[in-house]
Amino acid sequence: MSATEELIAKSEKKDARPLEKVCIICAKGTIGDVYAALVMSNGAVMEGIETKVFFTFFGLDAITKKRMNKLHTGTVGNPAMRMPGGIPFPTMLGGLPGVESGVSAMMRKQMDKLDIPPVDEFIDMITAGGGEIYACKLACDMFGVGMEDFNENVKSIITVGELYEMCDDRTQIIFT
Amino acid sequence: MTQVTIATLQIDLNEERYLTDSSQWNEEVAAEFAKEEGIELTEKHFEVLNFLRQKHEEGVDITIRKVGKSGIVDIKGFYALFPKKPLKKSSRIAGIPKPTSCV
Repeated sequence: MSATEELIAKSEKKDARPLEKVCIICAKGTIGDVYAALVMSNGAVMEGIETKVFFTFFGLDAITKKRMNKLHTGTVGNPAMRMPGGIPFPTMLGGLPGVESGVSAMMRKQMDKLDIPPVDEFIDMITAGGGEIYACKLACDMFGVGMEDFNENVKSIITVGELYEMCDDRTQIIFT
Repeated sequence: MTQVTIATLQIDLNEERYLTDSSQWNEEVAAEFAKEEGIELTEKHFEVLNFLRQKHEEGVDITIRKVGKSGIVDIKGFYALFPKKPLKKSSRIAGIPKPTSCV
């Protein structure tokens, strides 16, 4: 490290403050997308960071009672998808009936082994630690769903304007 | 590594002030660490600490979910006992290494 770099690193450290607030947005409904948002959110709560999670579009599945614990992994058009043992998973195979369900069940089982909870329990954990869960009004109108369809931990349905109002210059907005 | 003397006991800490040797732990050490975190230990706290130490000895990766299912406290109660950073704070006070799990 050069002297200049060292100086910069030093001054950055001096001015650095711990992360205080995060707003995490989940707009997709596959297992991978939803769990990325949930792990990030729960991790933030566990660090004492004020956390708000906003679910929109297909992400609404993650807070919808009858869907939240039955999320799927996309087996089609997912180049990172592998068979057990690491062989690439052929897209043609992913389209066969039952394959997506089977793969998704396997994913959920694997996660359970690592003590990663099902979606409803994960959301319980986030709110138990003080995190707040919101649903997007526009997406609710689009899909024709409301509070009665959602898990009891969803605090309210809000507009994007209300979301930004809850944030300030200390909030990091994370779109997963 | 730093050495600190608590009461008559000399203990070894890493740079994040976790015990480097969990066998150096006792209730006095716990109370001292708790004081640093602004926590006054109750019987309930010790039940959690003993649970964590037992799991650590068994080689189990500790998660807040496991604490929540321990039958000692639920997750909300765990946050109430060790505010803000329950898993990290309780692990440090229990004299075990910093948790490595992401949940």
